[in-house]
Amino acid sequence: MTKKIADYEKYKKKSLMILIVLVLAWLGIGLFSLAAGSYNVPLTEILKAIVGKSEQANVNTIIYNLRLPRILTAMIGGTGLGIVGCVLQAILRNPLASSSTLGISQGASFGAAFAIIVLGAGVQGSAVSAVKFVNPFLISFYAFLGSIAVSFLILALSRFKKISAEGMILAGVALSAMFQGATTLLQFFANEVQLASVVFWAFGDLGRTGWREVIIMAVTVFVSGCYFMFSRWDYNALEVGEQTAISLGVNVNRVRIMNMLVCSITAAVIVSYLGIINFIGLVAPHIVRRFIGNNHVFLLPTSALMGGILLLVGDYIARMAITPVILPIGAITSFMGAPLFLYLLFKSGQRK
Amino acid sequence: MITVKEISFQYGKENPILENISFSAKAGESLAILGNNGAGKSTLLKCMNRILMPQQGRVLVDGQNIYQMPLHQVAQNLAFVEQKIPNSRLKVYDVVMLGRKPYIKWGIQKQDEEIVQAVLQQMDLQKMAVRYFDELSGGEQQKIMIARALAQQPKVLLLDEPTSSLDLRNQYEVLQLVRDIGRENQIAVVMVIHDLNLALRYCDKFLLMKDGRIYEYGSQEIITEQSIAEVYQVKVKIGILDGEKVILPCSHKI
Repeated sequence: MTKKIADYEKYKKKSLMILIVLVLAWLGIGLFSLAAGSYNVPLTEILKAIVGKSEQANVNTIIYNLRLPRILTAMIGGTGLGIVGCVLQAILRNPLASSSTLGISQGASFGAAFAIIVLGAGVQGSAVSAVKFVNPFLISFYAFLGSIAVSFLILALSRFKKISAEGMILAGVALSAMFQGATTLLQFFANEVQLASVVFWAFGDLGRTGWREVIIMAVTVFVSGCYFMFSRWDYNALEVGEQTAISLGVNVNRVRIMNMLVCSITAAVIVSYLGIINFIGLVAPHIVRRFIGNNHVFLLPTSALMGGILLLVGDYIARMAITPVILPIGAITSFMGAPLFLYLLFKSGQRK
Repeated sequence: MITVKEISFQYGKENPILENISFSAKAGESLAILGNNGAGKSTLLKCMNRILMPQQGRVLVDGQNIYQMPLHQVAQNLAFVEQKIPNSRLKVYDVVMLGRKPYIKWGIQKQDEEIVQAVLQQMDLQKMAVRYFDELSGGEQQKIMIARALAQQPKVLLLDEPTSSLDLRNQYEVLQLVRDIGRENQIAVVMVIHDLNLALRYCDKFLLMKDGRIYEYGSQEIITEQSIAEVYQVKVKIGILDGEKVILPCSHKI
């Protein structure tokens, strides 16, 4: 075996180690988060409660019905947002691409606002700490429709007008502004209670999901994750330029459209259950990229795990900062994500 | 062996960019596409590679029409090195591995690893295999892109101005390497190149283009003071130095 192979094997081993560490961190922080809360539960009881075997009935209830869905939501939702961000950055060849910069979040906001204000799926009781939506399913459904509508508009534009990757990003920015404007208009005509619930929805909340929603998200993220992993060499080929990718046998247009579609469905499912959660999809790939570069064989799974870890940490801060009040997770991720992004930006100098 | 037959190309309803282009290059041979800016040289190269679809004509590689193949099969026959070098944060090894993309179905096979290692060795790039591509110099990057093209194991290698961003030494090195490898592996090399002296030195055949048409096509003899004056609208003198043709520009007025 020659020297250079040894070097490359070493690099592969290092990347694999990072991947394993992230898997452990993802699981570990998840477990740690399960233990954290206003009701103290020892770790052994938690492990028993996960499988529903704790002797204390109330521990079973707290862990199984309340904390576990919430933690799984953070783990799965963050993972999905992370991998979608990574794929969007790859296929659009733009470090700024993510579901929130492409207007998917704004579309969801508009859909939710429409359901609350026009269709009356709004809030019961006005105490902000105890908001209960009349019809959460309707809100999620319209949020999903809103975000899918934005992605279809972008795709239709790129299909019929043959716009470039850059054009798609710009179209996303334009559509974001448009949908934001539409949401503001709706809010202008809303009453106080409706306004409060629109704002509250957009804050983002990991506590809205029950087991059924967790399973829907898990299936969506798993299936799209498999699709993304299967396309990993397409993303690598795009790394060396669009024309070279075509010359390597990649049907760039089809790859772009199919991936946009899968990305927007995945992001729409997550956002419609969780609300607006910014920066996870943008920052997670950039963090791991610093350590392993752009080889998507490793970049995809590590971005996904990093997304999950960031959302778990965000959720932990949101719950523990001023217990028992739970701060809005969307605000926390933006508050954490932006400085992190700036740090990466200045640390890496001119590089993307 | 690549045969280009009667290719015509235009964008929409605009003026044609290529009109009725036909030529061929044998395995092991290198052909230079020459001509003024806007003559359609790069467009021709992209048509030969199916990045662009011409309205008329065929491109045959060993008798097979590439417009009737699936894309990955085209990539197994023709490799293309773009003029613009990408800014890519992949390890050099992974960039060269991309040459195996047309062959990869589920994952990398042992054979792919072996081919990549052989190419790295052939081009003396082993020592930078685990460096990031975007941290290397322009000359190194160009060589790596050529290595990537070779890992495709193509029958035809298409190069779009391979020396445009290289210094003098690297220009010679890269062209020498391409010619040697083309001959050794029996690959037909087709390159767009601006430097006429380099073209004379390293290519066997010449395709002189003007305004989307073939002005002349043949061996070194077609490069004359007169044909250059016609195509480029400049006056040159051609001398013989150490038995090689050398072109010296005189004046931009004819």
